[in-house]
Amino acid sequence: MKRLLKIYFEKPELAGGLLLVVLVIVFQVRSNGVFLNLDNLRGMLGLLPEMGLVAIGVTILMICGEFDLSVGSVFALMPMVMAIAMEGGMPFVPALCVGLLVAATIGFLNGFLTIRYAIPSFITTLGMLFIARSLTVVISGGFPPLLPNDLPKWLFTAFVGPGTLFRMSFVWFVAIACIASLVMSRTNFGNWVRATGGFLPAANAMGIPTARVKIACFMLCSILAGFAGMIQVLRLGSPLPSIGEGLELQAVAAAVIGGTALTGGIGTVIGGILGAVLIRVIDNGLVLSQVDANWFKFAIGTLTIFAVVANAWLLRRAKQIRAET
Amino acid sequence: MNAPIISIRNLHKWYSGVHALKGVSLDIYPNEALGLIGDNGAGKSTLINILSGVQKQNEGEVLIEGKKAHIKTPRDAMELGIETIYQYNSMVPTMSIARNMFIGREPLKMAVGGIGVMDLKRMRRESVKAIADVDLHLRSPDALVGELSGGQRQGVAIARAMHFKSKVMILDEPTNHLSVKETKKVIGFVRSLKQQNVTGIFISHNMHHVFECCDRVVAMARGEIVLDKRIGETSIEEVQDVL
Repeated sequence: MKRLLKIYFEKPELAGGLLLVVLVIVFQVRSNGVFLNLDNLRGMLGLLPEMGLVAIGVTILMICGEFDLSVGSVFALMPMVMAIAMEGGMPFVPALCVGLLVAATIGFLNGFLTIRYAIPSFITTLGMLFIARSLTVVISGGFPPLLPNDLPKWLFTAFVGPGTLFRMSFVWFVAIACIASLVMSRTNFGNWVRATGGFLPAANAMGIPTARVKIACFMLCSILAGFAGMIQVLRLGSPLPSIGEGLELQAVAAAVIGGTALTGGIGTVIGGILGAVLIRVIDNGLVLSQVDANWFKFAIGTLTIFAVVANAWLLRRAKQIRAET
Repeated sequence: MNAPIISIRNLHKWYSGVHALKGVSLDIYPNEALGLIGDNGAGKSTLINILSGVQKQNEGEVLIEGKKAHIKTPRDAMELGIETIYQYNSMVPTMSIARNMFIGREPLKMAVGGIGVMDLKRMRRESVKAIADVDLHLRSPDALVGELSGGQRQGVAIARAMHFKSKVMILDEPTNHLSVKETKKVIGFVRSLKQQNVTGIFISHNMHHVFECCDRVVAMARGEIVLDKRIGETSIEEVQDVL
């Protein structure tokens, strides 16, 4: 028992998981059972993938010891590029590739500039936040282009599954989450990411190509953000240049709530997803509990600080438990 | 004595305005334990960093077993059989012992282009064995390196170097921050390298440690070698005088 307790106290995503259970129970009671009914779950699970995908990328990048503030802008730029390409007559799949390529290029630039000129990634990606957002507005011409009618929306936004509970985007999200989680825990690449973020001099001395690992993480983060933005645009039906504003900080909050350390080396993909779920649950739960919606940001802020404090406390408790693991 | 395993020829290194190595030449013979001594800034770390691929020389060459070696990265050095144990510890504290043992050289079950699925079972099994081989007793290969003491970490680093069958082991100030007991263990280990056909280069500030476990002492000062003698032919006082 002691041993189990110690193992679980040491898991960084534990605090987030416990909170989720508590909040779901509270919201379920406060909303008189509406919170967990089919319609509400369908609504929540339909929105979750968009932020969840961004959170996966940001979490992996943070484990690698870097930071990306430009994800919210890439979230808007990628679908805008796609929409303009399609307006010019390009079919869906090539336009998707062009969009992802633009996202990957931004990720590459973020990583390359950060490493080549040894700038904190906070600065590089802050700059990129403005650049990508501005590009989005400029290429839209101030007026969002119309999406063609024959888009394969079924592939991303159609409702599927038992009780048509899920959107297709949720299937994409679960698949990508599983792959990302396995890559981080089971492959040598995951090992390199963790080593690079955990202690850079050691990773370098052991011959890991740390610059390439970091750039790969930046690119992955941007691609996931762009992909998530496209899903949102297909759901909304129009590429608004303002989508994703503030998303970068929510994604960081999700990662931190899930136990990822800003200093790198610590965290899990599951934790980041848990953080994203928590943010969605709070957003939705507050509305259903008839609390003034302006309290949402207050709740996210409190939760972020609380999660970090709770994790530190659990870790201290774990060290005090005298049991061999 | 047989042919040198490492020959360093006329090595120069400049750091903007500082001439850190001024034409260093040195032959290191198979299975000898060489003690490298010098004050801070004498150039010993620079020399070691060039051998282990962390830095590149501006001039001069390194021959390994008579062949000119191009050591551009730490990976090149490892492939030539040179393992380095650094004073700042070449371990990632937030990762488990088993993962640390194999960083950068993970055994893979299947792989595409060098990226693939790790054989975690084998990593666990082999790290338990490697650690037992250097007489270290640890509970589990899943424990985080951050939870180990300085001496245990150094032990894991040594186990890693031995596991990969190095020909030359460079120990850069391995006894810094270690307790008396742990220091004794490291010194015993340097002594035992000879039996395992490993050449050791032991860098230290501490003359007593070097005289306890090395066959030969090389002293550096201001980027040059100022003394190179067998341990039996010199004394701590003589080495201290030249520094």
